[in-house]
Amino acid sequence: MKIVALCGMLGYGYSEQALNVAFEEKVDFLGVDAGSTDPGPYYLGSGKSFTDRNAVKRDLSLALPKALEAKAPFIIGSAGGAGSREHVEWLKEIIKEISKEKGLHFKMGVVYSDVDKDYVVQKLSDGKVFDMSDQMPLTEDAVLNSTKIVSQIGVAPIIQLLKTDVDVILCGRACDTAIYAAPCIYKGYDPGLAFHMAKIMECGAMCSEPVAAADVMQAYISEDCFRLRPANPARRCTVDRVAAHTLYEQSNPYMIYEPDGACDLSRSVFEQEDDRTVKVKSSVFIDAEKKTLKLEGVKISGYRTVCPATIYDPLTIENVDFITDTVSKFVKENTKDTLPENSYEIFFKTSGGKESSMGIIIDVVGKTQAIADTVCALARSRMLHCDYKGRKSTAGNLAFPFSPSDIHVGEVYEFSVFHLVEVDNLSETAKIEIVEI
Amino acid sequence: MMKKLIDYTKILRSKNAGPLFITFDLIFETEENMQYVLERLTKETVAKVYGVKPDKVDIIPYAVVNSIKITFPRKNVSGSLADVDIYGCQQHMPLANVEI
Repeated sequence: MKIVALCGMLGYGYSEQALNVAFEEKVDFLGVDAGSTDPGPYYLGSGKSFTDRNAVKRDLSLALPKALEAKAPFIIGSAGGAGSREHVEWLKEIIKEISKEKGLHFKMGVVYSDVDKDYVVQKLSDGKVFDMSDQMPLTEDAVLNSTKIVSQIGVAPIIQLLKTDVDVILCGRACDTAIYAAPCIYKGYDPGLAFHMAKIMECGAMCSEPVAAADVMQAYISEDCFRLRPANPARRCTVDRVAAHTLYEQSNPYMIYEPDGACDLSRSVFEQEDDRTVKVKSSVFIDAEKKTLKLEGVKISGYRTVCPATIYDPLTIENVDFITDTVSKFVKENTKDTLPENSYEIFFKTSGGKESSMGIIIDVVGKTQAIADTVCALARSRMLHCDYKGRKSTAGNLAFPFSPSDIHVGEVYEFSVFHLVEVDNLSETAKIEIVEI
Repeated sequence: MMKKLIDYTKILRSKNAGPLFITFDLIFETEENMQYVLERLTKETVAKVYGVKPDKVDIIPYAVVNSIKITFPRKNVSGSLADVDIYGCQQHMPLANVEI
């Protein structure tokens, strides 16, 4: 059975020629991952996509007709980057737009994976929520203060939809691996091989050389092994690349943890089959007694204003700690009667130093945008003219690259939930709809 | 003269393993180099250069590709107000400069 990964991230692009090569053979399933937590908490909070609409549309416009023509179900995971309902709707709109333009008609399964706060609070009180690390213990308050919470669905809801013969499956937040593992498990292939293959495929052609997340990857799964070969003839898979990719973004190279269980790679065997193909076998799936889903949630933490600047004078750089300390105290004193207590936080984020020049960002997060603007403006003007011992460059301490110097970034979100929740049923957070396009 | 860790590696990279953890991949040209570093690089050293507790640091050899993986919880969760590297992909230099 042949599975094709369009690229590592919907909207990152791929070669059209490579897609055509992939579809010269029979393709059973096409997949693409569209999300990640790597770009941080903002996107889940704001409902915006971190990938560009035009780029996403381009990637889908070429792939969608191919998949429909080949009758290869097309599975898209983590719509819009963060996979909340808003993100799914955003991507659904793009799909509808393309379909209208190209006169495409098909059946699409949609999986929403948002969870209610009540659901999480109940799980918490039942003792069914587990911390992934002690930096972020989950409390009822943290849940209630969250702006949005989504669950990373596994293969179960996708398999449920594959059984209904839909042509496209559009998922909210989903495990990257679920996209590629689901069709294999649905067709009866070994889950150990399916998850290992999926873990490599979700990054597109990252496991090939020359390396690229932005290209088409192909996997061939059979009873006792899977093979990987990039679609683009200019790339090749090597044992080193494929095995090294197993390390990528994983906390443990021998285990891939999934909602259904874990994939043990400690006995996996990698073989170079031909110049461009790697064969992998002996990856083993271990069923978990407790089934768990990962929850991701964010809270709003305020509004940001930043001022980027450069310091070239080594004497100013030498005194930067004194300057930032003076500025912080000045801002505090100056706003004590005009701004509520604890209504802002100020950070001086620096890079470089005496050996060259120093980049500095005055980074202010306030309870409102107006507070952030006020504090940033005060800090900037005070810092520009802050005196220090031995100062010769008395005209100003900062080189501003822009006018206006201060940038309004808008709302700031932080992760508030990143936890495992024990479930009775792996589809319990999934809301499934089937739509005719 | 003491060599730096980066001088032994073919690839040395850092990246988020989710927003709570940071993970480092050290890939070596030869098994000898990997073993040499593995025998000399301690959790305490890693903990010291990154300001974390040694018992939070995992050092896992992955001999399939002559590599060592190091993982520990981020000091600042990705995207938290004080964070300066959301993807965590530029955090490898303190490790790269460790003398071996």
